Amino acid sequence: MATETASAAAPGAPSEDFVSLEAGLDALESAAPARSPWWRRVLLAKIVPPVVAVVALLLIWDLLVFAKVKPAWVLPGPADVWDELTSQWSSYQVGQAVWDSVSRGIIGFAISVVVGTVLGLTIARIPVLRAAIQPILSGLQSLPSVAWVPIGIMWFGIDDATVYTVVLLGAIPSVAIGLIDGVDQIPTIYTRVGRNLGARGISSARYVLFPAVLPGYVSGLKQGWAFSWRSLMAAELIAVSPKLGPGVGQVMAEASDNNDMAMAFGALIVILIIGIGINAVFFAPIERRLLRSRGLAKS
Amino acid sequence: MTTTAAVGAAQTTATPTAVRLSGVTKTFGKDGVPVLDGIDLAVAPGEFLCLLGASGCGKSTLLNLIAGLDPVTSGSIEVEGGHAALMFQESALFPWLTAGRNVELALKLRGVRDRAERRAEAQRLLGLVRLGGAYDKRVHELSGGMRQRVALARALAQDSQVLLMDEPFAALDAITRDVLHEELVKLWQETNLTVVFVTHNVREAARLGQRVILLSSRPGRIAREWRVEIPQPRRIEDAAVTELTREITAELHKEISRHGN
Repeated sequence: MATETASAAAPGAPSEDFVSLEAGLDALESAAPARSPWWRRVLLAKIVPPVVAVVALLLIWDLLVFAKVKPAWVLPGPADVWDELTSQWSSYQVGQAVWDSVSRGIIGFAISVVVGTVLGLTIARIPVLRAAIQPILSGLQSLPSVAWVPIGIMWFGIDDATVYTVVLLGAIPSVAIGLIDGVDQIPTIYTRVGRNLGARGISSARYVLFPAVLPGYVSGLKQGWAFSWRSLMAAELIAVSPKLGPGVGQVMAEASDNNDMAMAFGALIVILIIGIGINAVFFAPIERRLLRSRGLAKS
Repeated sequence: MTTTAAVGAAQTTATPTAVRLSGVTKTFGKDGVPVLDGIDLAVAPGEFLCLLGASGCGKSTLLNLIAGLDPVTSGSIEVEGGHAALMFQESALFPWLTAGRNVELALKLRGVRDRAERRAEAQRLLGLVRLGGAYDKRVHELSGGMRQRVALARALAQDSQVLLMDEPFAALDAITRDVLHEELVKLWQETNLTVVFVTHNVREAARLGQRVILLSSRPGRIAREWRVEIPQPRRIEDAAVTELTREITAELHKEISRHGN
Protein backbone atom coordinates (compact mmCIF):
# COMPACT_ATOMS: atom_id res chain seq x y z
CA MET A 1 0.00 0.00 0.00
CA ALA A 2 2.76 2.41 0.95
CA THR A 3 4.06 2.41 -2.58
CA GLU A 4 0.71 3.33 -4.09
CA THR A 5 0.39 6.50 -6.11
CA ALA A 6 0.70 9.49 -3.84
CA SER A 7 -2.39 11.22 -2.58
CA ALA A 8 -1.26 14.37 -4.35
CA ALA A 9 -2.68 15.45 -7.71
CA ALA A 10 -3.62 12.45 -9.79
CA PRO A 11 -2.45 12.16 -13.39
CA GLY A 12 -4.55 14.08 -15.85
CA ALA A 13 -5.69 16.59 -13.24
CA PRO A 14 -9.26 17.72 -13.88
CA SER A 15 -10.03 21.08 -15.36
CA GLU A 16 -10.60 24.10 -13.13
CA ASP A 17 -14.16 24.39 -14.46
CA PHE A 18 -15.08 20.90 -13.45
CA VAL A 19 -13.60 21.16 -9.98
CA SER A 20 -15.33 24.44 -9.21
CA LEU A 21 -18.64 23.21 -10.68
CA GLU A 22 -18.52 20.14 -8.48
CA ALA A 23 -17.52 22.11 -5.39
CA GLY A 24 -20.41 24.50 -6.05
CA LEU A 25 -22.90 21.64 -6.33
CA ASP A 26 -21.63 20.07 -3.12
CA ALA A 27 -21.96 23.35 -1.26
CA LEU A 28 -25.46 24.03 -2.61
CA GLU A 29 -26.81 20.59 -1.93
CA SER A 30 -25.46 19.98 1.52
CA ALA A 31 -25.70 23.45 3.05
CA ALA A 32 -27.03 23.14 6.56
CA PRO A 33 -28.60 26.08 8.37
CA ALA A 34 -26.65 27.46 11.31
CA ARG A 35 -27.77 25.92 14.57
CA SER A 36 -28.21 27.26 18.04
CA PRO A 37 -26.06 25.59 20.74
CA TRP A 38 -27.16 22.08 21.64
CA TRP A 39 -27.97 22.80 25.29
CA ARG A 40 -30.41 25.46 24.19
CA ARG A 41 -32.14 23.11 21.77
CA VAL A 42 -32.37 20.39 24.40
CA LEU A 43 -33.65 22.88 26.96
CA LEU A 44 -36.32 24.31 24.68
CA ALA A 45 -37.40 21.10 22.95
CA LYS A 46 -36.99 18.41 25.59
CA ILE A 47 -37.05 19.96 29.04
CA VAL A 48 -39.25 23.03 29.07
CA PRO A 49 -42.46 21.48 27.61
CA PRO A 50 -42.72 18.52 30.02
CA VAL A 51 -41.88 20.72 33.01
CA VAL A 52 -44.62 23.14 32.02
CA ALA A 53 -47.05 20.23 31.62
CA VAL A 54 -46.23 18.84 35.07
CA VAL A 55 -46.61 22.24 36.70
CA ALA A 56 -49.96 22.69 34.96
CA LEU A 57 -51.08 19.26 36.17
CA LEU A 58 -50.11 20.10 39.76
CA LEU A 59 -52.01 23.37 39.51
CA ILE A 60 -55.16 21.65 38.24
CA TRP A 61 -54.84 19.05 40.98
CA ASP A 62 -54.46 21.80 43.62
CA LEU A 63 -57.43 23.68 42.17
CA LEU A 64 -59.63 20.56 42.40
CA VAL A 65 -58.58 20.12 46.03
CA PHE A 66 -59.17 23.80 46.72
CA ALA A 67 -62.66 23.54 45.21
CA LYS A 68 -63.31 20.60 47.58
CA VAL A 69 -64.73 18.29 44.86
CA LYS A 70 -63.94 15.44 47.25
CA PRO A 71 -63.19 15.39 50.98
CA ALA A 72 -59.53 15.87 51.84
CA TRP A 73 -58.98 12.27 52.99
CA VAL A 74 -60.15 11.01 49.59
CA LEU A 75 -58.32 13.57 47.47
CA PRO A 76 -55.28 15.00 49.28
CA GLY A 77 -53.53 17.98 47.71
CA PRO A 78 -49.98 17.97 46.35
CA ALA A 79 -48.69 19.63 49.51
CA ASP A 80 -50.32 16.96 51.74
CA VAL A 81 -48.77 14.21 49.67
CA TRP A 82 -45.37 15.88 49.86
CA ASP A 83 -45.65 16.27 53.65
CA GLU A 84 -46.73 12.68 54.16
CA LEU A 85 -44.00 11.36 51.90
CA THR A 86 -41.25 13.29 53.68
CA SER A 87 -42.51 12.78 57.24
CA GLN A 88 -43.35 9.06 56.87
CA TRP A 89 -40.36 8.26 54.62
CA SER A 90 -38.66 6.11 57.25
CA SER A 91 -41.73 4.56 58.89
CA TYR A 92 -42.82 3.22 55.48
CA GLN A 93 -39.18 2.34 54.65
CA VAL A 94 -39.58 4.14 51.34
CA GLY A 95 -35.85 4.48 50.71
CA GLN A 96 -35.24 0.77 51.23
CA ALA A 97 -38.34 -0.03 49.15
CA VAL A 98 -37.13 2.05 46.21
CA TRP A 99 -33.72 0.41 46.32
CA ASP A 100 -35.17 -3.12 46.52
CA SER A 101 -37.72 -2.55 43.77
CA VAL A 102 -35.23 -0.97 41.41
CA SER A 103 -32.70 -3.74 41.92
CA ARG A 104 -35.40 -6.38 41.36
CA GLY A 105 -36.52 -4.52 38.25
CA ILE A 106 -32.98 -4.32 36.92
CA ILE A 107 -32.18 -7.97 37.62
CA GLY A 108 -35.45 -9.08 36.04
CA PHE A 109 -34.84 -6.83 33.07
CA ALA A 110 -31.28 -8.08 32.64
CA ILE A 111 -32.44 -11.71 32.59
CA SER A 112 -35.19 -10.76 30.13
CA VAL A 113 -32.66 -9.11 27.84
CA VAL A 114 -30.49 -12.21 27.73
CA VAL A 115 -33.38 -14.64 27.23
CA GLY A 116 -35.28 -12.33 24.87
CA THR A 117 -32.22 -11.73 22.72
CA VAL A 118 -31.38 -15.40 22.35
CA LEU A 119 -35.03 -16.21 21.70
CA GLY A 120 -35.47 -13.38 19.21
CA LEU A 121 -32.33 -14.23 17.26
CA THR A 122 -33.25 -17.90 17.09
CA ILE A 123 -36.78 -17.19 15.95
CA ALA A 124 -35.72 -14.59 13.40
CA ARG A 125 -33.35 -17.06 11.77
CA ILE A 126 -35.48 -20.20 11.68
CA PRO A 127 -38.70 -19.73 9.68
CA VAL A 128 -40.56 -22.76 11.07
CA LEU A 129 -39.85 -21.76 14.64
CA ARG A 130 -40.87 -18.26 13.81
CA ALA A 131 -44.21 -19.29 12.36
CA ALA A 132 -44.81 -21.37 15.49
CA ILE A 133 -43.72 -18.98 18.21
CA GLN A 134 -44.27 -15.43 16.99
CA PRO A 135 -48.07 -15.49 17.47
CA ILE A 136 -47.56 -16.79 21.00
CA LEU A 137 -45.11 -14.01 21.75
CA SER A 138 -47.52 -11.39 20.41
CA GLY A 139 -50.27 -12.90 22.51
CA LEU A 140 -48.10 -12.85 25.62
CA GLN A 141 -47.26 -9.25 24.94
CA SER A 142 -50.91 -8.25 24.96
CA LEU A 143 -51.67 -10.29 28.07
CA PRO A 144 -51.52 -8.10 31.19
CA SER A 145 -48.72 -9.70 33.15
CA VAL A 146 -50.59 -9.15 36.41
CA ALA A 147 -52.69 -12.12 35.31
CA TRP A 148 -49.67 -14.30 36.11
CA VAL A 149 -49.52 -13.20 39.73
CA PRO A 150 -52.10 -15.61 41.19
CA ILE A 151 -50.60 -18.48 39.19
CA GLY A 152 -47.09 -17.56 40.32
CA ILE A 153 -48.23 -17.46 43.95
CA MET A 154 -49.82 -20.89 43.62
CA TRP A 155 -46.65 -22.25 42.04
CA PHE A 156 -43.98 -20.69 44.17
CA GLY A 157 -45.77 -19.08 47.11
CA ILE A 158 -45.10 -15.42 47.83
CA ASP A 159 -41.49 -15.45 46.90
CA ASP A 160 -38.89 -13.78 44.69
CA ALA A 161 -39.50 -16.55 42.16
CA THR A 162 -43.08 -15.34 41.73
CA VAL A 163 -41.98 -11.75 41.22
CA TYR A 164 -39.36 -12.69 38.65
CA THR A 165 -41.74 -15.02 36.79
CA VAL A 166 -44.16 -12.16 36.33
CA VAL A 167 -41.43 -9.72 35.31
CA LEU A 168 -39.85 -12.11 32.82
CA LEU A 169 -43.14 -13.08 31.21
CA GLY A 170 -43.87 -9.38 30.82
CA ALA A 171 -40.53 -8.28 29.41
CA ILE A 172 -39.16 -11.17 27.35
CA PRO A 173 -41.77 -10.93 24.56
CA SER A 174 -41.06 -7.21 24.08
CA VAL A 175 -37.33 -7.72 23.81
CA ALA A 176 -37.70 -10.66 21.43
CA ILE A 177 -40.29 -8.96 19.24
CA GLY A 178 -38.21 -5.77 19.02
CA LEU A 179 -35.28 -7.83 17.82
CA ILE A 180 -37.34 -9.78 15.28
CA ASP A 181 -38.80 -6.55 13.90
CA GLY A 182 -35.30 -5.10 13.72
CA VAL A 183 -34.09 -8.09 11.71
CA ASP A 184 -37.11 -7.87 9.39
CA GLN A 185 -36.46 -4.23 8.69
CA ILE A 186 -32.87 -4.63 7.52
CA PRO A 187 -32.93 -3.45 3.90
CA THR A 188 -31.82 -6.35 1.70
CA ILE A 189 -29.46 -4.02 -0.14
CA TYR A 190 -27.31 -3.77 3.01
CA THR A 191 -26.74 -7.49 3.15
CA ARG A 192 -26.02 -7.57 -0.59
CA VAL A 193 -23.52 -4.74 -0.30
CA GLY A 194 -22.01 -6.49 2.70
CA ARG A 195 -21.56 -9.67 0.68
CA ASN A 196 -20.04 -7.79 -2.24
CA LEU A 197 -17.61 -6.12 0.18
CA GLY A 198 -16.62 -9.56 1.41
CA ALA A 199 -18.57 -9.83 4.68
CA ARG A 200 -19.43 -13.45 5.47
CA GLY A 201 -20.76 -15.16 8.59
CA ILE A 202 -19.37 -13.50 11.68
CA SER A 203 -18.06 -10.41 9.91
CA SER A 204 -21.44 -9.93 8.23
CA ALA A 205 -23.17 -10.19 11.61
CA ARG A 206 -20.74 -7.82 13.25
CA TYR A 207 -20.34 -5.12 10.64
CA VAL A 208 -23.70 -5.22 8.85
CA LEU A 209 -26.50 -7.06 10.64
CA PHE A 210 -25.85 -5.94 14.21
CA PRO A 211 -25.61 -2.21 13.48
CA ALA A 212 -28.56 -2.43 11.11
CA VAL A 213 -30.70 -4.10 13.77
CA LEU A 214 -29.70 -1.78 16.59
CA PRO A 215 -32.54 0.81 16.43
CA GLY A 216 -35.26 -1.86 16.50
CA TYR A 217 -33.45 -3.71 19.26
CA VAL A 218 -33.09 -0.63 21.44
CA SER A 219 -36.75 0.26 21.08
CA GLY A 220 -37.56 -3.31 22.08
CA LEU A 221 -35.33 -2.94 25.13
CA LYS A 222 -37.01 0.30 26.05
CA GLN A 223 -40.41 -1.29 25.87
CA GLY A 224 -39.06 -4.32 27.71
CA TRP A 225 -38.02 -2.10 30.60
CA ALA A 226 -41.46 -0.49 30.73
CA PHE A 227 -43.05 -3.94 30.86
CA SER A 228 -40.57 -5.12 33.53
CA TRP A 229 -41.31 -2.21 35.78
CA ARG A 230 -45.05 -2.40 35.28
CA SER A 231 -45.14 -6.14 35.97
CA LEU A 232 -42.93 -5.75 39.00
CA MET A 233 -45.23 -3.18 40.56
CA ALA A 234 -48.26 -5.36 39.89
CA ALA A 235 -46.54 -8.33 41.50
CA GLU A 236 -45.34 -6.36 44.53
CA LEU A 237 -48.75 -4.85 45.05
CA ILE A 238 -50.54 -8.18 45.13
CA ALA A 239 -47.89 -10.48 46.59
CA VAL A 240 -47.21 -8.82 49.93
CA SER A 241 -45.29 -10.83 52.49
CA PRO A 242 -42.52 -10.20 55.00
CA LYS A 243 -40.56 -12.87 53.14
CA LEU A 244 -40.24 -10.56 50.15
CA GLY A 245 -38.91 -7.57 52.05
CA PRO A 246 -39.87 -4.01 51.20
CA GLY A 247 -40.78 -2.72 47.76
CA VAL A 248 -42.59 0.32 46.36
CA GLY A 249 -45.60 -1.84 45.53
CA GLN A 250 -45.73 -2.98 49.16
CA VAL A 251 -45.59 0.61 50.34
CA MET A 252 -48.68 1.25 48.29
CA ALA A 253 -50.39 -1.85 49.69
CA GLU A 254 -49.49 -0.86 53.22
CA ALA A 255 -50.78 2.68 52.68
CA SER A 256 -54.02 1.22 51.44
CA ASP A 257 -54.30 -1.00 54.56
CA ASN A 258 -53.78 2.09 56.70
CA ASN A 259 -56.31 4.12 54.73
CA ASP A 260 -53.45 6.54 54.16
CA MET A 261 -54.52 8.20 50.92
CA ALA A 262 -51.69 10.73 50.90
CA MET A 263 -49.12 7.95 51.13
CA ALA A 264 -50.86 5.97 48.38
CA PHE A 265 -50.57 8.98 46.11
CA GLY A 266 -46.98 9.40 47.24
CA ALA A 267 -46.15 5.80 46.31
CA LEU A 268 -47.85 6.28 42.96
CA ILE A 269 -45.70 9.30 42.25
CA VAL A 270 -42.53 7.46 43.30
CA ILE A 271 -43.40 4.60 40.89
CA LEU A 272 -43.99 7.07 38.08
CA ILE A 273 -40.78 8.97 38.74
CA ILE A 274 -38.66 5.82 38.73
CA GLY A 275 -40.23 4.56 35.49
CA ILE A 276 -39.82 7.89 33.73
CA GLY A 277 -36.40 8.53 35.25
CA ILE A 278 -34.80 5.28 34.09
CA ASN A 279 -36.16 5.81 30.61
CA ALA A 280 -34.94 9.40 30.54
CA VAL A 281 -31.49 8.55 31.88
CA PHE A 282 -30.75 5.36 29.92
CA PHE A 283 -32.98 4.57 26.99
CA ALA A 284 -34.01 7.94 25.63
CA PRO A 285 -30.46 9.27 25.14
CA ILE A 286 -29.25 6.04 23.50
CA GLU A 287 -32.21 5.95 21.18
CA ARG A 288 -31.95 9.63 20.32
CA ARG A 289 -28.26 9.31 19.54
CA LEU A 290 -28.81 6.26 17.36
CA LEU A 291 -31.58 7.85 15.35
CA ARG A 292 -29.91 11.20 15.01
CA SER A 293 -26.59 9.81 13.82
CA ARG A 294 -28.48 7.98 11.07
CA GLY A 295 -30.53 10.98 10.12
CA LEU A 296 -33.74 9.28 11.22
CA ALA A 297 -34.79 11.88 13.76
CA LYS A 298 -35.00 15.62 13.81
CA SER A 299 -32.35 16.86 16.17
CA MET B 1 -2.85 -4.46 -18.97
CA THR B 2 -1.00 -7.69 -18.51
CA THR B 3 -2.52 -11.08 -18.18
CA THR B 4 -1.84 -11.89 -14.57
CA ALA B 5 -1.44 -15.32 -13.08
CA ALA B 6 -4.85 -14.89 -11.46
CA VAL B 7 -6.50 -15.46 -14.82
CA GLY B 8 -5.10 -18.99 -14.76
CA ALA B 9 -7.14 -21.29 -16.93
CA ALA B 10 -8.37 -18.43 -19.08
CA GLN B 11 -4.85 -18.05 -20.47
CA THR B 12 -5.62 -20.63 -23.06
CA THR B 13 -7.86 -18.11 -24.79
CA ALA B 14 -6.13 -15.89 -27.31
CA THR B 15 -6.99 -12.43 -26.00
CA PRO B 16 -7.06 -11.53 -22.29
CA THR B 17 -10.48 -10.75 -20.86
CA ALA B 18 -11.57 -9.08 -17.63
CA VAL B 19 -15.03 -10.64 -17.72
CA ARG B 20 -16.09 -13.59 -19.82
CA LEU B 21 -19.65 -14.91 -19.99
CA SER B 22 -20.27 -18.15 -21.84
CA GLY B 23 -23.82 -19.25 -22.56
CA VAL B 24 -25.18 -17.62 -19.43
CA THR B 25 -28.83 -18.34 -18.76
CA LYS B 26 -30.81 -17.29 -15.71
CA THR B 27 -34.25 -18.51 -14.78
CA PHE B 28 -35.99 -17.61 -11.55
CA GLY B 29 -38.17 -20.27 -10.01
CA LYS B 30 -38.41 -23.87 -11.16
CA ASP B 31 -39.83 -23.61 -14.65
CA GLY B 32 -40.13 -19.89 -15.19
CA VAL B 33 -39.36 -18.00 -18.37
CA PRO B 34 -35.63 -17.34 -18.67
CA VAL B 35 -34.70 -13.76 -17.83
CA LEU B 36 -31.37 -14.11 -19.59
CA ASP B 37 -30.87 -16.54 -22.41
CA GLY B 38 -27.51 -17.67 -23.75
CA ILE B 39 -25.44 -14.56 -23.15
CA ASP B 40 -21.91 -14.75 -24.61
CA LEU B 41 -19.84 -11.72 -23.79
CA ALA B 42 -16.17 -10.89 -23.37
CA VAL B 43 -15.09 -7.63 -21.80
CA ALA B 44 -11.48 -6.60 -22.42
CA PRO B 45 -9.32 -5.40 -19.53
CA GLY B 46 -9.67 -1.66 -19.12
CA GLU B 47 -12.74 -1.51 -21.33
CA PHE B 48 -15.72 0.71 -20.58
CA LEU B 49 -18.80 -1.27 -21.57
CA CYS B 50 -22.38 -0.04 -21.37
CA LEU B 51 -25.27 -2.49 -21.14
CA LEU B 52 -28.45 -0.92 -22.38
CA GLY B 53 -31.99 -2.17 -22.46
CA ALA B 54 -35.62 -1.53 -21.62
CA SER B 55 -36.99 -2.69 -18.30
CA GLY B 56 -37.28 -6.45 -18.00
CA CYS B 57 -34.24 -7.13 -20.17
CA GLY B 58 -32.39 -8.58 -17.20
CA LYS B 59 -29.52 -6.11 -17.21
CA SER B 60 -29.46 -5.78 -13.41
CA THR B 61 -29.77 -9.54 -13.11
CA LEU B 62 -26.74 -9.88 -15.34
CA LEU B 63 -24.69 -7.62 -13.07
CA ASN B 64 -25.76 -9.55 -9.99
CA LEU B 65 -24.61 -12.75 -11.68
CA ILE B 66 -21.23 -11.26 -12.54
CA ALA B 67 -20.92 -9.96 -8.96
CA GLY B 68 -21.60 -13.46 -7.70
CA LEU B 69 -24.65 -12.39 -5.68
CA ASP B 70 -26.88 -14.85 -7.53
CA PRO B 71 -26.00 -18.21 -9.12
CA VAL B 72 -26.32 -18.76 -12.87
CA THR B 73 -28.86 -21.33 -14.05
CA SER B 74 -26.48 -22.54 -16.74
CA GLY B 75 -23.34 -21.31 -18.43
CA SER B 76 -20.25 -19.88 -16.83
CA ILE B 77 -18.78 -16.56 -15.74
CA GLU B 78 -15.11 -15.75 -15.27
CA VAL B 79 -14.00 -12.54 -13.63
CA GLU B 80 -10.41 -11.33 -13.57
CA GLY B 81 -9.10 -11.64 -10.03
CA GLY B 82 -12.22 -13.61 -9.11
CA HIS B 83 -14.07 -10.61 -7.78
CA ALA B 84 -15.94 -7.55 -9.06
CA ALA B 85 -16.97 -4.46 -7.11
CA LEU B 86 -20.62 -3.48 -7.44
CA MET B 87 -22.37 -0.10 -7.22
CA PHE B 88 -26.13 0.39 -7.07
CA GLN B 89 -28.63 3.07 -7.99
CA GLU B 90 -28.94 3.96 -4.33
CA SER B 91 -25.62 4.55 -2.66
CA ALA B 92 -26.34 1.83 -0.08
CA LEU B 93 -23.81 3.42 2.23
CA PHE B 94 -24.23 2.25 5.80
CA PRO B 95 -25.97 5.08 7.68
CA TRP B 96 -24.40 4.14 11.01
CA LEU B 97 -20.94 4.96 9.70
CA THR B 98 -19.38 8.21 8.53
CA ALA B 99 -18.37 8.59 4.89
CA GLY B 100 -14.77 7.78 5.74
CA ARG B 101 -15.70 4.77 7.87
CA ASN B 102 -17.80 3.36 5.05
CA VAL B 103 -14.71 3.32 2.86
CA GLU B 104 -12.61 1.97 5.72
CA LEU B 105 -15.01 -0.93 6.21
CA ALA B 106 -14.46 -2.04 2.62
CA LEU B 107 -10.71 -1.98 3.26
CA LYS B 108 -11.10 -3.92 6.49
CA LEU B 109 -13.23 -6.59 4.85
CA ARG B 110 -10.68 -6.78 2.06
CA GLY B 111 -8.09 -7.65 4.68
CA VAL B 112 -6.21 -4.41 5.33
CA ARG B 113 -5.36 -4.96 8.99
CA ASP B 114 -3.55 -1.82 10.04
CA ARG B 115 -5.89 0.93 11.22
CA ALA B 116 -3.68 3.85 10.32
CA GLU B 117 -3.15 2.40 6.89
CA ARG B 118 -6.89 1.99 6.40
CA ARG B 119 -7.51 5.54 7.44
CA ALA B 120 -4.86 6.95 5.14
CA GLU B 121 -6.09 4.87 2.22
CA ALA B 122 -9.74 5.84 2.81
CA GLN B 123 -8.69 9.46 2.94
CA ARG B 124 -6.81 9.06 -0.34
CA LEU B 125 -9.79 7.42 -2.04
CA LEU B 126 -12.18 10.11 -0.86
CA GLY B 127 -9.68 12.62 -2.21
CA LEU B 128 -9.89 10.89 -5.61
CA VAL B 129 -13.60 11.67 -5.76
CA ARG B 130 -12.89 15.14 -4.38
CA LEU B 131 -14.52 14.50 -1.03
CA GLY B 132 -11.42 14.67 1.13
CA GLY B 133 -13.23 17.08 3.48
CA ALA B 134 -16.23 14.81 3.98
CA TYR B 135 -14.46 12.07 5.93
CA ASP B 136 -16.38 12.64 9.15
CA LYS B 137 -19.69 13.50 7.53
CA ARG B 138 -22.68 11.27 8.21
CA VAL B 139 -24.38 9.75 5.20
CA HIS B 140 -27.56 11.77 5.68
CA GLU B 141 -25.55 14.97 5.64
CA LEU B 142 -24.40 14.32 2.07
CA SER B 143 -26.29 15.09 -1.13
CA GLY B 144 -27.28 12.28 -3.50
CA GLY B 145 -24.36 13.00 -5.80
CA MET B 146 -21.88 13.08 -2.93
CA ARG B 147 -23.21 9.76 -1.65
CA GLN B 148 -22.64 8.15 -5.02
CA ARG B 149 -19.08 9.48 -5.03
CA VAL B 150 -18.48 8.00 -1.57
CA ALA B 151 -19.98 4.74 -2.87
CA LEU B 152 -17.55 4.97 -5.78
CA ALA B 153 -14.65 5.46 -3.38
CA ARG B 154 -15.88 2.46 -1.41
CA ALA B 155 -16.02 0.36 -4.60
CA LEU B 156 -12.47 1.43 -5.45
CA ALA B 157 -11.42 0.37 -1.94
CA GLN B 158 -12.34 -3.20 -2.84
CA ASP B 159 -9.33 -3.26 -5.12
CA SER B 160 -11.11 -5.24 -7.82
CA GLN B 161 -10.07 -4.98 -11.44
CA VAL B 162 -13.69 -4.90 -12.48
CA LEU B 163 -16.27 -2.31 -11.46
CA LEU B 164 -19.94 -3.12 -12.03
CA MET B 165 -22.36 -0.20 -11.96
CA ASP B 166 -26.12 -0.69 -11.84
CA GLU B 167 -27.73 2.57 -13.01
CA PRO B 168 -25.64 4.45 -10.48
CA PHE B 169 -26.74 7.94 -11.57
CA ALA B 170 -30.39 7.26 -12.43
CA ALA B 171 -31.73 8.95 -9.30
CA LEU B 172 -29.66 12.12 -9.66
CA ASP B 173 -30.63 15.43 -11.25
CA ALA B 174 -29.23 16.21 -14.69
CA ILE B 175 -26.56 18.69 -13.57
CA THR B 176 -25.17 16.35 -10.94
CA ARG B 177 -25.29 13.43 -13.34
CA ASP B 178 -23.31 15.40 -15.89
CA VAL B 179 -20.62 16.13 -13.32
CA LEU B 180 -20.48 12.52 -12.20
CA HIS B 181 -20.10 11.31 -15.79
CA GLU B 182 -16.99 13.42 -16.04
CA GLU B 183 -15.77 12.24 -12.66
CA LEU B 184 -16.25 8.60 -13.58
CA VAL B 185 -14.53 8.85 -16.97
CA LYS B 186 -11.54 10.56 -15.35
CA LEU B 187 -11.28 7.89 -12.69
CA TRP B 188 -11.57 5.19 -15.29
CA GLN B 189 -8.78 6.73 -17.34
CA GLU B 190 -6.56 7.07 -14.26
CA THR B 191 -7.16 3.63 -12.78
CA ASN B 192 -7.28 1.30 -15.78
CA LEU B 193 -10.42 -0.28 -14.35
CA THR B 194 -12.76 -2.40 -16.41
CA VAL B 195 -16.23 -0.90 -16.12
CA VAL B 196 -19.52 -2.62 -16.90
CA PHE B 197 -22.16 0.08 -16.70
CA VAL B 198 -25.87 -0.75 -16.83
CA THR B 199 -28.33 1.94 -17.84
CA HIS B 200 -31.65 2.51 -19.56
CA ASN B 201 -30.55 5.99 -20.56
CA VAL B 202 -29.34 5.85 -24.17
CA ARG B 203 -27.60 9.21 -24.07
CA GLU B 204 -25.71 8.19 -20.94
CA ALA B 205 -24.51 5.04 -22.68
CA ALA B 206 -23.38 7.04 -25.71
CA ARG B 207 -21.66 9.57 -23.45
CA LEU B 208 -19.71 6.97 -21.47
CA GLY B 209 -19.15 3.71 -23.32
CA GLN B 210 -16.39 2.47 -25.59
CA ARG B 211 -18.81 -0.23 -26.50
CA VAL B 212 -22.57 -0.24 -26.11
CA ILE B 213 -24.53 -3.46 -25.98
CA LEU B 214 -28.28 -3.47 -26.50
CA LEU B 215 -30.15 -6.26 -24.74
CA SER B 216 -33.53 -7.46 -25.92
CA SER B 217 -36.23 -8.11 -23.35
CA ARG B 218 -37.92 -11.33 -22.23
CA PRO B 219 -35.71 -13.19 -22.63
CA GLY B 220 -32.63 -10.99 -22.36
CA ARG B 221 -30.34 -11.59 -25.31
CA ILE B 222 -27.66 -9.50 -26.94
CA ALA B 223 -29.52 -7.71 -29.74
CA ARG B 224 -26.89 -5.35 -31.10
CA GLU B 225 -23.53 -3.92 -30.36
CA TRP B 226 -21.81 -0.60 -31.18
CA ARG B 227 -18.14 0.24 -30.95
CA VAL B 228 -17.94 3.91 -30.04
CA GLU B 229 -14.92 5.63 -31.55
CA ILE B 230 -15.71 9.13 -30.22
CA PRO B 231 -12.68 10.03 -28.06
CA GLN B 232 -13.01 10.91 -24.40
CA PRO B 233 -13.43 13.43 -22.89
CA ARG B 234 -16.84 13.64 -24.53
CA ARG B 235 -19.64 15.92 -23.53
CA ILE B 236 -23.26 14.92 -23.32
CA GLU B 237 -24.20 17.64 -25.83
CA ASP B 238 -21.56 16.69 -28.43
CA ALA B 239 -22.97 16.26 -31.93
CA ALA B 240 -21.39 12.82 -32.31
CA VAL B 241 -22.91 11.67 -29.00
CA THR B 242 -26.31 12.97 -30.11
CA GLU B 243 -25.99 11.23 -33.47
CA LEU B 244 -25.14 7.91 -31.81
CA THR B 245 -27.96 8.38 -29.29
CA ARG B 246 -30.41 8.77 -32.15
CA GLU B 247 -29.17 5.63 -33.85
CA ILE B 248 -29.27 3.49 -30.71
CA THR B 249 -32.66 4.86 -29.68
CA ALA B 250 -34.12 3.83 -33.06
CA GLU B 251 -32.88 0.27 -32.49
CA LEU B 252 -34.13 0.25 -28.90
CA HIS B 253 -37.59 1.38 -30.05
CA LYS B 254 -37.70 -1.37 -32.65
CA GLU B 255 -36.71 -3.85 -29.98
CA ILE B 256 -39.44 -2.66 -27.60
CA SER B 257 -42.12 -2.52 -30.35
CA ARG B 258 -41.69 -6.21 -31.04
CA HIS B 259 -43.33 -6.89 -27.68
CA GLY B 260 -46.52 -5.03 -28.58
CA ASN B 261 -47.54 -7.55 -31.24
